[in-house]
Amino acid sequence: MKVTIDGQAIEVEPGTTILQAARMIGGESVPPAMCYYSKLKGSGGKCRCCLVEVAKGSDADPRPMPKLMASCVTGCMDGMEINSKSSDRVKEARESVTEFLLINHPLDCPVCDQAGECDLQDLSFEHGKSKSRFIEEKRTFEPENIGPNIQLHMNRCILCYRCVMVADQLTDQRVHGVMDRGDHSNISTCISKAIDNEFSGNMIDVCPVGALTDKTFRFKSRVWFNKPYNAHRDCDKCCGKTTLWMFGDEIQRVTGRKDVYHEVEEFICNGCRFDHKDPADWVIEGPREFDKDSVINQNNYTQELETVHIATEEGILKGREQDRKKISMSAIPLAKEEGEDFKHGNL
Amino acid sequence: MSKKILLDKINIPEIKTYEVYRQNGGYASVEKAIKTMSPDEVVEQVKTSGLRGRGGAGFPAGMKWSFIDKKSGKPRHLVCNADESEPGTFKDRYLMEFIPHLLIEGMITSSFALGANLSYIYIRGEYMWVYKILERAIAEAKAAGWLGKNILGSGYDLELYVHCGAGAYICGEETALIESLEGKRGNPRIKPPFPAVSGLWANPTVVNNVETIATVPWIINNSGDDYAKIGIGRSTGTKLISASGHIKNPGVYEIELGLSVYEFMNSDEYLGGMSSDRPLKALVPGGSSVPILPADLIYKTANGEDRLMTYESLSDGGFATGSMLGSGGFIVYNDTSCIVRNTWNFARFYHHESCGQCSPCREGTGWLEKVLWRIENGQGREEDIDLLWSIQSKIEGNTICPLGDAASWPVAAAIRHFRDEFEYHVRFPEKIKNRDHFVAEPFEKVKHLVTKQTV
Amino acid sequence: MERTHYKQEINMTEALMNRINELISHYPADKRKSALLPVLHEVQDAHENWLSIELMDKVAEILQILPIEVYEVVSFYSMYNQKPIGKYMFEFCQTSPCCLNGTEDLMDYTCEKLGVKIGETTPDGLFEVKGVECLGACGYAPMMQLGDFYKEHLTKEKIDQLITDCRDNKIILHDK
Repeated sequence: MKVTIDGQAIEVEPGTTILQAARMIGGESVPPAMCYYSKLKGSGGKCRCCLVEVAKGSDADPRPMPKLMASCVTGCMDGMEINSKSSDRVKEARESVTEFLLINHPLDCPVCDQAGECDLQDLSFEHGKSKSRFIEEKRTFEPENIGPNIQLHMNRCILCYRCVMVADQLTDQRVHGVMDRGDHSNISTCISKAIDNEFSGNMIDVCPVGALTDKTFRFKSRVWFNKPYNAHRDCDKCCGKTTLWMFGDEIQRVTGRKDVYHEVEEFICNGCRFDHKDPADWVIEGPREFDKDSVINQNNYTQELETVHIATEEGILKGREQDRKKISMSAIPLAKEEGEDFKHGNL
Repeated sequence: MSKKILLDKINIPEIKTYEVYRQNGGYASVEKAIKTMSPDEVVEQVKTSGLRGRGGAGFPAGMKWSFIDKKSGKPRHLVCNADESEPGTFKDRYLMEFIPHLLIEGMITSSFALGANLSYIYIRGEYMWVYKILERAIAEAKAAGWLGKNILGSGYDLELYVHCGAGAYICGEETALIESLEGKRGNPRIKPPFPAVSGLWANPTVVNNVETIATVPWIINNSGDDYAKIGIGRSTGTKLISASGHIKNPGVYEIELGLSVYEFMNSDEYLGGMSSDRPLKALVPGGSSVPILPADLIYKTANGEDRLMTYESLSDGGFATGSMLGSGGFIVYNDTSCIVRNTWNFARFYHHESCGQCSPCREGTGWLEKVLWRIENGQGREEDIDLLWSIQSKIEGNTICPLGDAASWPVAAAIRHFRDEFEYHVRFPEKIKNRDHFVAEPFEKVKHLVTKQTV
Repeated sequence: MERTHYKQEINMTEALMNRINELISHYPADKRKSALLPVLHEVQDAHENWLSIELMDKVAEILQILPIEVYEVVSFYSMYNQKPIGKYMFEFCQTSPCCLNGTEDLMDYTCEKLGVKIGETTPDGLFEVKGVECLGACGYAPMMQLGDFYKEHLTKEKIDQLITDCRDNKIILHDK
């Protein structure tokens, strides 16, 4: 079957969705997706970020579809013509959805561990406005403790349902779900039960925003100060293939390996994720690459860094020890005199 | 007197009971269909009748039936949508409460047509006493041999049950209703697949409104052609209208489609005019979701033609100067009512009833309500009116199910036709402090204040 | 969101279990979950009109589903209560068509008469006033739901009478 997206034609198998076809083409025509996750059955259709205009239904029935369609759940038809980036209607709809997702969002990126790898940040960067028209009080939720490994920040949640699907499809006894309805829908266990299933940590990886973050990484570092490496270990529960987020010799976080659409290549177990923070546990394969615009590349080995010359303190940006001091990581043990210097701000 | 199809026997004493219903010709359509017709012939009659779905969308019922997937060989289901919750609508309840066997008869005949052996009536949880009425009526019908195995010796089996909801307007949307019937949260499904292919328990399913199904017995007893003779054009047959608001005789009426709005409003057979000497200000003709009409567009369309009670005439002029027949929830407002307050009230309803699944509706309905509440309470800003317009336009058409549209249309129509009233609220906050602000001082009397400011 | 955990005495009587099993029989054997909504109504009616965590767990066990599936459903639908409520819950329809006929004034009157605000229970645990969305009785406004029944064409006098009848235990809440 042939489909055309923003003027670019591609041959696809029957059953391919518009979003999948767009991803095959790649580039700017790929609609943003906040709720769709190719590895989770039944995901998609909810966030409405990926709306596209179907200008021609198919060769058999060329009528355009009157409404914008969610590309992640709309199947391609032979001869279909789709406008994504090239349509003003689509642009406006994406702007609208972005605005809706942000009105009640706390906008607490400066203290959010997801910042730097957050799909909502990317979406607002692309489709958001710098000013809000929402002057009402934002909706908030009482915090809930869902166990020692996963931190739930309900105020940041966009209700993509991905974490519920992870629990449904990867674990055998789902203990959390979506409670209440309407704009008070919330992710909860209802009984403050710890989510401790072996694969529950994948909820963190699939969360597009900072609603579910790694408690063992909480406030440790901004993601762009870490150096991500591909690594693996022999694991009897999962594939053992992960990305290690390192700060010097320290493993600060372990995640699945995320592809260009921020989906993990393979799900990993909680053992790999939370319990193996010793570099000796891992075989390090090499640096993990990220899309070229990602802020994570700021500190990545894969891009050539220009040497920064600062006249007064030459080369202060080079080297691990200096890095640490520069960003004032108080959790790192400093030598006694260094500690004194640090206190007086006299690095 | 116009023709009555659904309510012709409503005044017979004890028509609620099986015996009386049967003595008055009840269940004849089941006999006729099962003994003398094939399922496809029944479908054909319904198609010919031009009967359109009475739940609000007005989709031709016969066509909907013909879409049901018979090839897959999966069990098929008929589900009756009795989750009536559109503000202004209470016709299905009246029908089920006073003549329950009519619905059951319709369910049997329609299930036969669709080849369904297991059918359900999904009734809203608040109608608990009606649920019990239906349960008893089903038991009576079963005892009389109209349900169960081998009905009338034909080899056709049918089980029919009532299922009750628990307070969620969204379950009136057919896929949400199916989810709810499966014991889940009432989140509408993403279509396609449509229920006709994959509905209840992934089986082919048809969901029809109570009134639609209750009409089927008459069509079968007479004929599709006879039914199509009633009404005008593509608005065939009769329609139940639930009338409420500032009118003399609120209640449920069966009208022939094509009656003029003027006659319906003012004749003693129907609403009997306004409830007091206060003048008519606005009308919502088809349940809260449809656009509100200002007084000058109620009896006449923008072209100056008589406005009729038909799908076409009520929507004449599109949303600019028309509205919709919808579910037939006819809400009449006199000049004491405040359009802003009414719009806020509806916005609160949709905010409360949004399932929260998709972002535009989840976030947008709450936003609409908050802004409207501020305007109604004297904290509105001039730019809020345009903001409301913008929010509703961003929800409309971008959601999974029609609830988003239903939340947007009333706001859009109120601003379109009553913008000056919003401006009055924004500019004269001290005058609208009391919630009954237009009782003592109707808007007509103070309208000049807004006009003056605009000039 | 963390929820307060209220305690409740659970009493699954034989009559209740029979009714539950009858409801389950309305659905195919492998679709027991479908009976969830009607079963919850029955269980709630038999337990002072609210559902504790333990009670929901019990329902999950009977229907052979996960407890979270029950919690999700209970929190979605407005007719299920997750905390103890007044015995006589006056649920006024406060959607526009009813408001056109004086619901708001009547709600104020009822609250004043009972000395409570909307959503509060009277100290004796008997009464609670609540505003709910359209109940499908727009032509018979003002109206309210009390138990399984509707009280329509309400007036101040009728409210007074209802309160008296409730106090005298003359009101039937459920049609069993």
